[in-house]
Amino acid sequence: MALKIVKGSIDRMFDKNLQDLVRGIRNHKEDEAKYISTCIDEIKQELKQDNIAVKANAVCKLTYLQMLGYDVSWAAFNIVEVMSSSKFTYKRIGYLAASQCFHESTDVIMLTTNQIRKDLSSPNQYDTGVALTGLSCFVTPDLARDLANDIMTLMSHTKPYIRKKAVLIMYKVFLKYPESLRPAFPRLKEKLEDPDPGVQSAAVNVICELARRNPKNYLSLAPLFFKLMTSSTNNWVLIKIIKLFGALTPLEPRLGKKLIEPLTNLIHSTSAMSLLYECVNTVIAVLISLSSGMPNHSASIQLCVQKLRILIEDSDQNLKYLGLLAMSKILKTHPKSVQSHKDLILQCLDDKDESIRLRALDLLYGMVSKKNLMEIVKKLMLHVDKAEGTTYRDELLTKIIDICSQSNYQYITNFEWYISILVELTRLEGTRHGHLIASQMLDVAIRVKAIREFAVAQMATLLDNAHLLTGNTQRNGICEVLYAAAWICGEFSEHLENPMQTLEAMLRPKVATLPGHIQAVYVQNAAKLFATVLRSQEGNTDRTAAQETSQLMIDRLPLFVQSANLEVQERASCILQLVKYIQKLQQKDVEVAEEVNALFAGELNPVAPKAQKKVPVPEGLDLDAWINEPPSESESEDEKPRTMFTREETKHSRPRHTEVDEKELAKRREVRKQEQASNPFYIKSSPSSQKVYQEAPGVDHIPVVQIDLSVPLKVPGLPMSDQYVKLEEERRQKDRADKKKKEKKKRKEKGGRRGKRDSGPESEEDITPAHMVDIVTEEMPENALPSDDDDKDPNDPHKALDIDLDRPLADSEKLPVRSHRSSEALKTMAEEVEVVAPQEAKKKGGKEKKEKKKDKEKDRKKSKEEKKKKKHKHDEGEEDLMGGQTEEPMVQSETTNDVVAPPPTTTAEVSDLDFWLSNAPVPSNSQEVAVTAVTAPAAAAAAAAAGVPPAASGSAPDSEPDEPKDAEVDESKSSKHKKKKQKKEKEEKDKKKKKKHHHHRHHSDGAGEESVQNGTVEEEEEPLPPMSNYCLLAENSYIKMMMEDADTVCDIQGNLQDGSQVVVSLIFENKCDSFLKAMEFNVLDSLNSRLQRPDGAGPHDGLTVPFQLPPGVSNEARFVFTVKSIVMPQKLKGTLAFIVKNEDSSTHEKLDFKLHFTCTSYLITTPCYSDAFAKLLESGDLKASSVKLEGVVMPFPHLLARICFHHHFSVVERIDSCASMYSRSIQGHHVCLLVKTADQTVSIDAKCDEPSLLSNVLDEIKLTFSQC
Amino acid sequence: MIKFVLMVNRQGQTRLSRYYQPVELGKRAALEADVVRGCLYRKKEECSFVEYKDFKLVYRHYASLYIVVGITESENELSVYELVHNFVEVLDKYFSRVVSPIMFNMDKVHIILDEMIQNGHVVETNHSRILAPLSALDTLAHS
Repeated sequence: MALKIVKGSIDRMFDKNLQDLVRGIRNHKEDEAKYISTCIDEIKQELKQDNIAVKANAVCKLTYLQMLGYDVSWAAFNIVEVMSSSKFTYKRIGYLAASQCFHESTDVIMLTTNQIRKDLSSPNQYDTGVALTGLSCFVTPDLARDLANDIMTLMSHTKPYIRKKAVLIMYKVFLKYPESLRPAFPRLKEKLEDPDPGVQSAAVNVICELARRNPKNYLSLAPLFFKLMTSSTNNWVLIKIIKLFGALTPLEPRLGKKLIEPLTNLIHSTSAMSLLYECVNTVIAVLISLSSGMPNHSASIQLCVQKLRILIEDSDQNLKYLGLLAMSKILKTHPKSVQSHKDLILQCLDDKDESIRLRALDLLYGMVSKKNLMEIVKKLMLHVDKAEGTTYRDELLTKIIDICSQSNYQYITNFEWYISILVELTRLEGTRHGHLIASQMLDVAIRVKAIREFAVAQMATLLDNAHLLTGNTQRNGICEVLYAAAWICGEFSEHLENPMQTLEAMLRPKVATLPGHIQAVYVQNAAKLFATVLRSQEGNTDRTAAQETSQLMIDRLPLFVQSANLEVQERASCILQLVKYIQKLQQKDVEVAEEVNALFAGELNPVAPKAQKKVPVPEGLDLDAWINEPPSESESEDEKPRTMFTREETKHSRPRHTEVDEKELAKRREVRKQEQASNPFYIKSSPSSQKVYQEAPGVDHIPVVQIDLSVPLKVPGLPMSDQYVKLEEERRQKDRADKKKKEKKKRKEKGGRRGKRDSGPESEEDITPAHMVDIVTEEMPENALPSDDDDKDPNDPHKALDIDLDRPLADSEKLPVRSHRSSEALKTMAEEVEVVAPQEAKKKGGKEKKEKKKDKEKDRKKSKEEKKKKKHKHDEGEEDLMGGQTEEPMVQSETTNDVVAPPPTTTAEVSDLDFWLSNAPVPSNSQEVAVTAVTAPAAAAAAAAAGVPPAASGSAPDSEPDEPKDAEVDESKSSKHKKKKQKKEKEEKDKKKKKKHHHHRHHSDGAGEESVQNGTVEEEEEPLPPMSNYCLLAENSYIKMMMEDADTVCDIQGNLQDGSQVVVSLIFENKCDSFLKAMEFNVLDSLNSRLQRPDGAGPHDGLTVPFQLPPGVSNEARFVFTVKSIVMPQKLKGTLAFIVKNEDSSTHEKLDFKLHFTCTSYLITTPCYSDAFAKLLESGDLKASSVKLEGVVMPFPHLLARICFHHHFSVVERIDSCASMYSRSIQGHHVCLLVKTADQTVSIDAKCDEPSLLSNVLDEIKLTFSQC
Repeated sequence: MIKFVLMVNRQGQTRLSRYYQPVELGKRAALEADVVRGCLYRKKEECSFVEYKDFKLVYRHYASLYIVVGITESENELSVYELVHNFVEVLDKYFSRVVSPIMFNMDKVHIILDEMIQNGHVVETNHSRILAPLSALDTLAHS
């Protein structure tokens, strides 16, 4: 043995370690791959050895190789081996490798579950830590499900080191196993107030990340976060919280209002730039959410803009970048405040850093006005010339076009200038955006009628100089521009000065080198030009010119007929035949020009991009139904190719030119026109759809400046737009002068009266467009739907986390605790339970949602009353369901006198939030309300049952002073409310039934009186109702305590070792609208049982509950009791003392309760196999006892499930109506049951090694069923 | 949140990588190369934030070492920028000179990183608390 170890360590000396590997790879630069493959071989050898140190070393090297990009998935199992090493040194290597190499589909992950669980519960905090870190990298849905409970336990670990890691990993667990979110959330929330800042920060991180995706579910946490924000000094935490508020404010504008002040304070006080930046961002978000309907917070905007200016002016490029980024957010809502910093932003355009320039460009978009557009674009054009990288230049190009074309060319006063800018942009080499320029040219030419003449002239020059554009590279994006140029020249050929020259340019042989779709447009538009040329030439006396033109067409077109592109070929051959026919007619001296022109008659109007999509399908039209019977197979085959072409053709919505005689053509045209007239989807030009572009008053009298076009047009490629800038300046000056003159005249006329208008700086309206411009708006069908549906990504994992967190936990939602179910029967039972519970939960959830929505309505009063009605209805409905139950529980109504109301539902929480958000001082009559709340718990309960939580009545008079009307209404309402209360007391009995039913829904059973209801319900409803071990312990108007039946959640292992511990989980719920703090829990110890107190505490000292309760919040605490003997049930008296803190007062209160430890609570569900069970029975150590239950009407599986659930047994074996069950006490007593049923009689034979324990357990079982 | 942390040398070779969102092994190399190219070619006077596809890169340059962090939109750029510096300070404290030892002690650098960032969130920024597990490990190794 010793020899082996020595041998192992000698081996290791010869192994390479990580350092050697790294050095080795460095020294083998030439043959790295070869070296690594030999290394991998070595590693494989090392992994085969038994020595864990060698293996760990090998795995460590593999991790390095994996980082270099080598696949090491083959070693996954070895990694698991190293992970399970007991030595931390090796274990961490294993976990590191796993976290780097494992992913969801790694199959060995399945094997790690138990190992990880073991490490999580390791006494060494670093073992736990490394397991948590590793798990965060490779957690799978299975792991998340299996380990969720373990990790949740770690969230309350004593060491903050573990707590913070456990809290953080919960986020990953939620993502993989969304069901865990609701059960874990209360504890997560609790961690927000953890004494350790690290844990607190972790919890903030997780909740922020969750809330960012589904903010509405976290709105109720706002008060808590607000408190954190104002108290925390940790900038990391502050940044996260402030970010979270940024996500919440759009949902709740009142929250934003409340935030502004602390945020501005922070902005003023903080020295951390990151925090400042975050604050500014959130203030912006707040302002955006407030911008609708709220008074302007111009001071805050000014502050933000000022601070951002400081950032932008800073020499630190990072700050400059972020400043610009934040500025662009302000721009959306408050463009004016940003525009005043134009100088600064233009300066940033000259920055050395491209990303800063890009950000500045973004800002420019929102800063242009009619006044400065030309100037800004001029500056950008200069940058285009200087730009080095094509990406930046392309970005500039798109920005120029964006800026100019935004909101329907709103800022363009001179379209000639814009066209020349576009033409100048065509000189950019290698740009990807030729298409963009082309579409702009088309758009402007079509929609701005006044500009067509100019545009056509420019396009003609472009076509003439096409070689400049296509020059160097074949695949040059810019040649797309020719597409637009050709189309514009063809379509608006009547404006051409020299159509013949353009026609020739379009039929040059070089055109054949252009892309197919451009050639097609060339051919088509050559035909249009041809028609125009014919018309002008036929007017002359000389007929030969026209014939020469036809000849030109006939000579050049064959080039295109040979084109490889089908579209070009088809168009060319059609047109060629047409021209040949025309030539024939010309030779007979027939006038053809009119007829040819008629081919292209009619005007094209722009159509909005989504126009077709937005036409709703008319009623009664079934688009899928056959109009005619489908044609036979062979026919449809013939048709296919035709549809292929028609699709292409519709692009230009032109009639096809086929060789038909003119009459036929005319006839077809007639038919088409008629068709169009009756077709509702054909878009005709209607005057109503054309927006006339002249809002400025008094434009008419301003003379349109004549621009001398002849100078620049003939020389393409020369910058001309500059001249427009100068011209524009002159024009504006002239305008101003004109105006001044007029004003002077006016002044003279009106004598001493001062002119109102300040003629100094130009205001926006003063700038008049140079041209009378009609911008034809894009047409939309008359009955278009305005919807623009953008669906959310269905694959977003966060969608699953959109869960209502305020809804009380249903029992079925508990995290799976590690336990074994040995019987199939039980499994199916459990499934049934699970099926039922969510359904109920769903029902409820739906209702709550409705109520939530209501809360948002401004008219609070209405909504409340409606709610009441709703709840009433709802209760009545429930009552119907309950049916026969109404008679029996009359007796209980007395016993449950102080069992009050369900836990506050969402409505209560939302109204608490309302209360918090309305931060007005408490009016004097609040006392009164408080008194009624204290003195009339029953009334409060009744109110709660009727759906108005006491908090709501308290908050009613607290509404803000700036809403006086509301307040009045509420006050009158609260008096009404009191009257109602009296009424309600009369109806109390009736109410209680309802109330109890509520109770049953939330936390039924466990305690005697509840289970009765369960029984009765069960008689009617086949599926098993949800069962819970939580029962009401005590309650007053402030607080409610619910106890969970001892050990179902206690740590089983610990108890088995210890044998004398019982854990009691208590849910504390704040029912009033005050803050509950300094809660102290104390129990009068008995000889047998005592509360475990921390060392040094006296036997009568209370335990401080480790949390405080804001209004409406509930939280869970656990207390450990030491029990000596477990054979007898016992009761412990206790008190809970706490301080009720109002805004102006605080009072001490206390609540008495009795803890009831049944013998059942000492039992732990323990699985047992049938052979072991048989041996146990045979051993003869056990004493027998039996009991008979009469009149149990319940299916056998339900009966078993009930015993399992309430008395912690597990089913060993079940045969027909007979089952054996087993359980074990915390002190190791075996309890065996044999349950038989026949005709409503259940007989239970039991054996246990402790007779008194057994008899007590049997009594308790009997009690459970006697109430059925 | 933080998507990944990369440490690369001036030649663009990865010295350490940690992903907080799963990325396929095959795509990692391409991503790293692309990301690194985006940062290495930036001049000193350019800002340390780079927009890359749908997320952002925050990088810092120390001698021949670049540290690049990929973050989502929701992260505060400046705080991550500080975090990187904090990380380097911790490395500096543990290893006397940052550059070459990290090559040979990748596992230890990982421990430090894991103490600071867990599943994409900052867990710890206090130097001594970050180094606590590592010193515990070292005493374990010496004894």
